[in-house]
Amino acid sequence: MTATDPHLPRGSSAGLLESLSGFVKELRNAGIPVSLTENLDAVEALRHIPLEDRDAFKYSLAATMVKNNAHWKTFETVFEVYFSLRGREYRLGGEGEGDFDAEDMINTLIGAREGEGQGSAEGMTPEQLAEMLFRALMDGNDAMMRALARAAVTRYAGMEPGRPVGGTYYLYRTLRNLDLDSMLERMMQQERRRNEDETDLEERLVREEYEARLDALRREIEAEIRRRLVADRGAEAVAKSVRKPLPEDIDFMHASREELVALRRAIAPLTRKLAVRLARKRRHGRKGPLDFRNTVRHSLSYGGVPADPKFRYPRPSKPEIMVIADISGSVAAFARFTLQMVYAISSQFSRVRSFVFIDGIDEVTDYFKATEDISEAIHRINTEADVIWVDGHSDYGHAFEAFWDRWGRDVNTKTTVLLLGDARNNYHAAQAWVLGEMAKKARHVYWLNPEPRSYWDTGDSIVGQYATHCDGAYECRNLKQLERFVEQLG
Amino acid sequence: MTDAAPSRFESPASVREGLRSVAYLADEGIAGVVFLAERLGKPILVEGPAGTGKTQLAKSVAELTGARLIRLQCYEGLDESKALYEWNYKKQLLRIQAQRIAESEGGEGWDDIEEDIFSEPFLLTRPLLEAIRADEPVVLLIDEVDRVEVETEALLLEILSDYQVSIPELGTVSATQIPLVFLTSNNTRELSEALKRRCLFLHIDYPDIDREKEIVLTRVPGISESLADQVVRIVRSIRSLELKKAPSVSETLDWARTLLLLGIESVDAETATETLHILLKYQSDIEKAAKDLSATTAGSR
Ligand SMILES: Nc1ncnc2c1ncn2[C@@H]1O[C@H](COP(=O)(O)OP(=O)(O)O)[C@@H](O)[C@H]1O
Ligand SMILES: [Mg+2]
Repeated sequence: MTATDPHLPRGSSAGLLESLSGFVKELRNAGIPVSLTENLDAVEALRHIPLEDRDAFKYSLAATMVKNNAHWKTFETVFEVYFSLRGREYRLGGEGEGDFDAEDMINTLIGAREGEGQGSAEGMTPEQLAEMLFRALMDGNDAMMRALARAAVTRYAGMEPGRPVGGTYYLYRTLRNLDLDSMLERMMQQERRRNEDETDLEERLVREEYEARLDALRREIEAEIRRRLVADRGAEAVAKSVRKPLPEDIDFMHASREELVALRRAIAPLTRKLAVRLARKRRHGRKGPLDFRNTVRHSLSYGGVPADPKFRYPRPSKPEIMVIADISGSVAAFARFTLQMVYAISSQFSRVRSFVFIDGIDEVTDYFKATEDISEAIHRINTEADVIWVDGHSDYGHAFEAFWDRWGRDVNTKTTVLLLGDARNNYHAAQAWVLGEMAKKARHVYWLNPEPRSYWDTGDSIVGQYATHCDGAYECRNLKQLERFVEQLG
Repeated sequence: MTDAAPSRFESPASVREGLRSVAYLADEGIAGVVFLAERLGKPILVEGPAGTGKTQLAKSVAELTGARLIRLQCYEGLDESKALYEWNYKKQLLRIQAQRIAESEGGEGWDDIEEDIFSEPFLLTRPLLEAIRADEPVVLLIDEVDRVEVETEALLLEILSDYQVSIPELGTVSATQIPLVFLTSNNTRELSEALKRRCLFLHIDYPDIDREKEIVLTRVPGISESLADQVVRIVRSIRSLELKKAPSVSETLDWARTLLLLGIESVDAETATETLHILLKYQSDIEKAAKDLSATTAGSR
């Protein structure tokens, strides 16, 4: 596409298209699947929207290229990196203008108070800055807050051109100097003075409102730092440095605390899907819907006598799920995640039984049923479930044997068994025959392993010995893989 | 696509204003995507939690543009005969019976009957065909599309790709105008990539506090500004808990209406706790929220 292309978005330059193609490239680098058609749709969309409307610009790109809400955060970050600077250059949108006013406002205010005309946001003392911020936050004055966020970055972040430091460092420095926790307390004190007979509920709602404003301030500071980094290093370099895995690509075993939160949020829709799939009655031997047109056509040759139009669906049998999960230390992160998943499944689907093991095994179905609070259930499982037999090191063989002994008779042709674990058996006996028996009785047996496939059957992993008896063994290190497993359940 | 058709909207901002005039409060994202859909002649796939105004959006856009709303409610097992068209089997049979009687009495022969019974009067038009055949502007709402099976989804995709239907006995019917199409989904199933590629994507989440307050003020006549303000703040607070099902906009509205009926001017923790069942569906969620609210009452910081 060239600058003379008649299909160029109205009022745009070749420069915009260039940024757009860099932007799309980065979306793909970040893992968002943007097809060629979707890319063209985006270009086409830009012909129709007023480019000075920054929000419309942003939502047009999102609506045409990002078709999964779990990817929204990544999209937003990339958008900020590629178009926030451009925004001001082109004076995109009212935001830039608002900022201008705010800066004037700051200057006027400072000038008025100091009695001197040439004060500027950058020239403020730390006390002045804190004071103005305090007022802007109390009043919920967004424009002022944005201007002050800029001033704070200039003053505290200590950014220097070419310095090979990431944005987090600058963010940390700025926030440490601003001390927003004390700010919140000060705001609350002021609020209490202002409103003496406030109820606890009111006070709490006010606090939440103030917290939301402080969050907005933090985000603004982060955005400002990013803008400056982009100006210094270029969008591509910054984009690369802030790239994070999409929720579906986060590794269960090595997720950071923050990533775990993202995971937790992303798992809800997935378990819903899983539950729907597992609950869906297999309509085996289901005939196609009756073809009325043919029936009638046929009836003509019989002088209008129709064939029997009735059609019965076979009554589906109710499937049951048994989840058997390793919760030992080697898969601790995975186990926590697993338990969350089991909890989510059992809250949607009544016929789930869950078992956990280390070297002993215990049924924990009731722990999930007894409480609605997942953290309580997990706590009880970790403290009360009888999963240790000898020394608390994984012993799959013993756990499986014990399972078969106590619950084997409950496995029947309606049962789907999900086994979750890395099959690192500490060189104990495998007792793989249990899975053989299980597979004979159950409808399906699946194994989900949180380790990369290349580690399977190395060291003390014996997943291969178990997998031969299963309908399938799947690498399950992230949501994407879990989702793929769910999809293939049909 | 069809740039020839006169545009219904001037700008994203005018969509937002227009929707406000029919009591629908949109944010920039919603307004922007609706604007774009109309310009590009593309369907919108609207996704998000239940009760956040997905269905209402299609209805409100229809109201705003004066278009006829045609709704296809999806469910498991929905098939072509219910979505597109089917032949009126009973009527055809009656016609055939009548023909036999006529014949036995020496009337006309069988010759024309086949053509006759596969003609317009015997056709049962379902929503998709209806939308395509309409002469006047139409908003087509395909509601809760995630409920249909994959095969039906493929049928939808086919129709949304060329806006025409071929009926073997009657020929091909093409749309004279491209309807504005909304597909809604509660995301219980991953829709096919092909369908997503065809559509503009719009995720509607719980509104921010200002927008929700405006929704309450608009949809609950007679409520005071301060009560509306309290209501949406408490709802925000409850949404931040980890619940099985967070309160939706429609539940916020129900709660606001109830408080108004009870003549409550200002909500305290007790009132909130006593009326939680309107906001929350699950007993466990109610208990959790009640505990949280009462902790507020007890806990002086
Ligand atoms: N943005 C909005 N503006 C006005 N009313 C809204 C809005 N969002 C939701 N509502 C109200 O909430 C109710 C439920 O919305 P609905 O469209 O049925 O939800 P969904 O289809 O997303 O489940 C609507 O009837 C409407 O009264
Ligand atoms: Mg709906």
